[in-house]
Amino acid sequence: MRPEVFKMVDRVVAIDPGLETIQCEGLVPEESSIFEGHFPGHPIMPGVLLIEAMAQTTGWLILARNRFEKMPFLATVKEAKLRTFVVPGQMLDLHSKILHEGSGFVVAQTKALIEGKPVCNAELVFRVLAWPEGRMKDVVMKVAERVEFPVADFANA
Amino acid sequence: MSSTFDAVANIIAETCDIPRDTITPESHAIDDLGIDSLDFLDIAFAIDKAFGIKLPLEQWTQEVNDGKATTEQYFVLKNLCARIDELVAAKTA
Repeated sequence: MRPEVFKMVDRVVAIDPGLETIQCEGLVPEESSIFEGHFPGHPIMPGVLLIEAMAQTTGWLILARNRFEKMPFLATVKEAKLRTFVVPGQMLDLHSKILHEGSGFVVAQTKALIEGKPVCNAELVFRVLAWPEGRMKDVVMKVAERVEFPVADFANA
Repeated sequence: MSSTFDAVANIIAETCDIPRDTITPESHAIDDLGIDSLDFLDIAFAIDKAFGIKLPLEQWTQEVNDGKATTEQYFVLKNLCARIDELVAAKTA
C-alpha cells in the first residue's frame, strides 16, 4: 500500500463467481508521508483513507461486474464507522458485498478487518459511468495487473 | 396509481427530508422538489427495492439529453408512478 498516492489495495484476493462479493488486502506501510502529518510522532491511518480502501475494493468488484466497460466513481458514503485505530504494519483485510445494482449506480456494503476483527465499515454508493476521454482506462487496467486482478476472467479484451 | 404515488411520495419524503404534504402527483422531482441527481440515486435505490424493478435511469437520461424526451415525462411524479406501474406490470406479465 502507498496511501500517499492512493494505492490502497495491494492484492485482489478473491472474487466470488457470482460477482456478489470481493476480498482484497492492503498492508499499511511502516513509512509514508501521510504519517508526517497524521500525526507527528503518532502515526495513524486517516479514516478517510480507510474509506478510500473500502471504496477501491468495491470498485474492483464493480469493474468485474461490468467487465471494465464502465468506471465506478464514489458518490455517497453512508453510515461509515471507524471502529479503532489502524497503525503502520497492520494488514487490512478488505471485503465488499453488492447490495443493489441499479441503472447507472451500485450500492455496496463494505468493511475492513485486521486479524479477523472489524476496524471499519460503510455503505457506499457509486455512479457507474462511461470511461472519461483520455488514458484513464489504460491506467486502471495496468493497476489491475499490479493488484493481481483476474483480468482474464473478468475483463473484455 | 394512488398506492404507487403514496409509496413514492413517502420514499421521497423520507429520503430527502421533504415534508410529505408538499409532494403531489403534479410535483416535478427536480424543478419543484429540488431533488438533485445524487439524491435521486437514493430514491431510485428505494424504489427499485420497494417495487422489485430497476428504474432505467440511464436510458431516461440519454433520451432527455438527446431531445427525445422531456424531464417532465419521467420526473413529474404522476408520470414517474405510471412508469413504475408499467415496469411492475412488465415484470409480472
